[in-house]
Amino acid sequence: MATNGLYLVGLGLGDAMDVSLKGLELIKRADTVFLEDYTSILTDCSLDDLEVLYGSKVEALDRVAVEDGAVILDAAGKGVCAFLVVGDPLCATTHTDLMLRARELRLEVHIIHGASILTAAPSLLGLQHYKFGRTTTLAYPEGDYFPTSPYDVIADNLERGLHTMVLLDIQTDRSRYMSAKEGLNLLLEMESRVGKGSLDPDTLVCVVARAGSAEPFVRCDTLGALKHMEMCGPPHTLIIPGKLHFLEAEALVELASAPESILE
Amino acid sequence: MGRKEDNIRKAQALMTKVDMIRNIGIAAHIDHGKTTLSDNLIAGAGMMSEDLAGKQLLLDYDEQEQARGITINAANASMVHDFKGAEYLINLIDTPGHVDFGGDVTRAMRAVDGAIVVVCAVEGIMPQTETVIRQAIKEKVKPILFVNKVDRLINELKVTPEQMQERFMKVIGRVNDLIQRIVPEEFRGVWGVKVDDGSVAFGSAYHNWATSVPFMKETGISFKEIYDYCANDNQKELAKRAPIHQVLLDMTIDHMPNPIEAQKYRIPHIWHGDKESEVGKSMVSCSNKGPIAMMITKIIMDPHAGEVAIGRLFSGSIMRGQELRIIGMPNKNRVQQLSLAVGGDRIAVEKLEAGNIVAVTGLKDAIAGSTATSDPDMAGFEKIVHVSDPVVTKAVEAKHTRDLPKLVEVLRSIAKADPSIVIEINQETGEHLMSGMGELHLEITEYRISKEYGVEINTSAPIVVYREGVEKASPRTFEGKSPNKHNRFYFIVEPLDDYLVDAINSGELQSEGKIKDPKQVGRVLQDLGMSKDMAKGIRLIHNKNMFLDRTKGIQYLYETMELCLQAFKEAMDGSPLAREKAMTMKVMLMDAKLHEDSIHRGPAQIIPAVRNGIFGAIAEAGRILLEPRQKVFITVPMDQMGGATREIQSRRAVIEDMTQDRDTTTIVAKAPVAEMFGFASAIRGTTGGRALWSTEFDGYERVPREIQEKVVGQIRTRKGLKPEPYPASYFSST
Ligand SMILES: Nc1nc2c(ncn2[C@@H]2O[C@H](COP(=O)(O)OP(=O)(O)OP(=O)(O)O)[C@@H](O)[C@H]2O)c(=O)[nH]1
Ligand SMILES: [Mg+2]
Repeated sequence: MATNGLYLVGLGLGDAMDVSLKGLELIKRADTVFLEDYTSILTDCSLDDLEVLYGSKVEALDRVAVEDGAVILDAAGKGVCAFLVVGDPLCATTHTDLMLRARELRLEVHIIHGASILTAAPSLLGLQHYKFGRTTTLAYPEGDYFPTSPYDVIADNLERGLHTMVLLDIQTDRSRYMSAKEGLNLLLEMESRVGKGSLDPDTLVCVVARAGSAEPFVRCDTLGALKHMEMCGPPHTLIIPGKLHFLEAEALVELASAPESILE
Repeated sequence: MGRKEDNIRKAQALMTKVDMIRNIGIAAHIDHGKTTLSDNLIAGAGMMSEDLAGKQLLLDYDEQEQARGITINAANASMVHDFKGAEYLINLIDTPGHVDFGGDVTRAMRAVDGAIVVVCAVEGIMPQTETVIRQAIKEKVKPILFVNKVDRLINELKVTPEQMQERFMKVIGRVNDLIQRIVPEEFRGVWGVKVDDGSVAFGSAYHNWATSVPFMKETGISFKEIYDYCANDNQKELAKRAPIHQVLLDMTIDHMPNPIEAQKYRIPHIWHGDKESEVGKSMVSCSNKGPIAMMITKIIMDPHAGEVAIGRLFSGSIMRGQELRIIGMPNKNRVQQLSLAVGGDRIAVEKLEAGNIVAVTGLKDAIAGSTATSDPDMAGFEKIVHVSDPVVTKAVEAKHTRDLPKLVEVLRSIAKADPSIVIEINQETGEHLMSGMGELHLEITEYRISKEYGVEINTSAPIVVYREGVEKASPRTFEGKSPNKHNRFYFIVEPLDDYLVDAINSGELQSEGKIKDPKQVGRVLQDLGMSKDMAKGIRLIHNKNMFLDRTKGIQYLYETMELCLQAFKEAMDGSPLAREKAMTMKVMLMDAKLHEDSIHRGPAQIIPAVRNGIFGAIAEAGRILLEPRQKVFITVPMDQMGGATREIQSRRAVIEDMTQDRDTTTIVAKAPVAEMFGFASAIRGTTGGRALWSTEFDGYERVPREIQEKVVGQIRTRKGLKPEPYPASYFSST
């Protein structure tokens, strides 16, 4: 029997079946099940699919409800509360505050891990995770708000020969999922605003889409070529490779149809 | 052909002869005789059928103006006058004197190059007299002086000729003192009014005569003769020998610049576009060949023609059917009718030329303050800023629900025609709030809505427009957290220093908007006395509130600043005490801690964090409510003084001065606008209608501590908020 408290459960990627056995057991026994519904989505699965699999009701929470945290902490105080997060629960998103507040209330807090895009994308491309620099995210600009720090992160990594994982904005409340194409255009816009010359249409870029699904899309080509390529639906992720190890180059050609010129 | 028709034809012909044109305004304290003067000038110049002259105030054509005997709308009229053997065209604007309509005076000054300042010889220089001189000089409009109602000095006050001269000298002295204090450097010692050169005239607008030193020399009519004409009740004769239109129009032509001269120095002052551009050059030389550039200063509702845009054509010629762009609006507007206001008639013309005050219909996107142009790249004219903002608000609702859509339409049209009216919608209750410069302003606007637009309305009792401030500096930095708790902002809020408030009021510092060149503005601030460290953090000024970034080397703050400023603006538009606008707060960002990745510090995170930080700091700095105050000037016969004093004192007023002149007393007091509602009928009642009074806006001051809580509760309840404001702690927990 699980004891009362907060269980942050990673659902992994792709579909409902990516959750760990430990996670699934916990969810089935939980008194309350919440799904964090705003930072990520499972590719091939709806809320109904989850409910059928778990045999219990799943309540989706939006950003305001999660940030407020009251319903979650309340449930965790009264019983076993499973808080489901797509991917690994504390990786790409940030629920540290929730965890700390639960501990402050002297509640039990457990993490049950799941697969994350942060490891899945490099794996699909054959890139070595030792060689990644800081991760960054591209946000949808709003009015005059147009952050350019992602460009600085990429430029910085490139200078040091490191790869950059570039996550793309997901706004489920507005049904917006940034595509690789939108992301590449934003990067070019940043290039023209910041103008350090780190990115141009010849820059090598990798796209991973629907990681964790039965048919993930994996491609490596120049930024210019990728901008015009047809791709599958969301979610998409970009990776800007730095200096390639020969084995990484071979893998990119084999796994992601990279131009053979990168082998030289 | 009658004299009037003949003159109309002449006026049209003169419109193209720029050096024969004068554009002037008539401005004064309320009731000093502007409209009487304007009418008699028009009549004297032969632009009005003789049988009408003097019987009605032609320029107070509006029903409400006639009923109340005051001018509400600035009105324009053109006339032709012979001076030294040549004919001139004079385009005149008569302006209102009541403070509630002061915005019209400010705007009219943009259209003219000279102003006849009228001063009543009995009352002397009054507060609005000073205000209109300031308004003129601010626009580089040259003032000359007419001392009016001289007949009353002689017949009612029975002053001796010597006392009369003394009074004149006092008025002239005070006008010149003021001019010298505020005149632009280039006109120092040049502008100013002098008896000897004829830039001062004396007379009676009502009895239609005037004189000046050059006129007396020329005609040999002495001061003594004039005195005798008045004293012997023979002003009719005097009006024949010294007709007011001749003396004043001569003086206008002689002392006012023509548009070519005036636009040379006025354009660089009122327009900051590229001087070397075609339109820039054309305006400076007042060319009728260049691109069209018109500054619209007034929209009037004509029962036949609809909205008529009145303004000054600084460059080019406008033809019917032409398409013009209203700067800031997406679509072009087609010019429908063009007219010249000759006497009291609107004369349709085919073409209007640079250097004139003109009327155009069809510019449906225009509001008072718009620039209309044919040049797609033209920069707009500088904004016309009036000294005071609307201070009185009423909620307005349609009497019949079915009229609601029409009311919305009417309110929009009213706000467009009168920039001193502000229409807002209360977000909590959904009601329409109409704010104006005073009770009278709103009363007249309500009348128009129901009578002219035909929408029956109910209105609430008037309430004043409050502002929020802080008592002292917040005692420590206040931390505002983002909802995701990954970003923190630390603020201190304090009252904006007096020297900064002064600099904003005087125009030395911009009063609104993002600081485009922080280095340059930082230097200005340093010159004003701010420390270098603080000055370089200037980012934005909004409603006279200042945002200073005092942090050092915070990574990523540069890309978050835009959101911080947005949140600051929102916080200043609805402050935590009663959701009224903040005024003269100095908001300082002391430190910030930001998440590494921009996705976790977007608008949804930063805006609440900054708002909470600012609101918390405001709460800890001590929230105070500010209310508008006005100066009240009351003149009463001695035997009514007690009643008048009691009436004003019952209104939280402070009496500042009391002076006596023969058997009348003048009381100067300062009172909150909130307590002055209904004063008009109350003072009429207590003094048997024998008090003359006027008011002037006197800025904002703190609501007395004892009543703040009650007033705040009332405002909040009206807005559908809970009566008590949140404590500071509320802003750190959410
Ligand atoms: N005795 C006398 N009365 C005058 C003279 N000029 C104007 N008046 C009177 O003063 C009153 C106000 O005159 P207006 O011409 O309406 O004054 P105004 O300055 O246009 O007033 P507002 O536009 O409301 O500010 C009227 O009753 C006029 O008849 C004058 O020279 N002598
Ligand atoms: Mg008048």
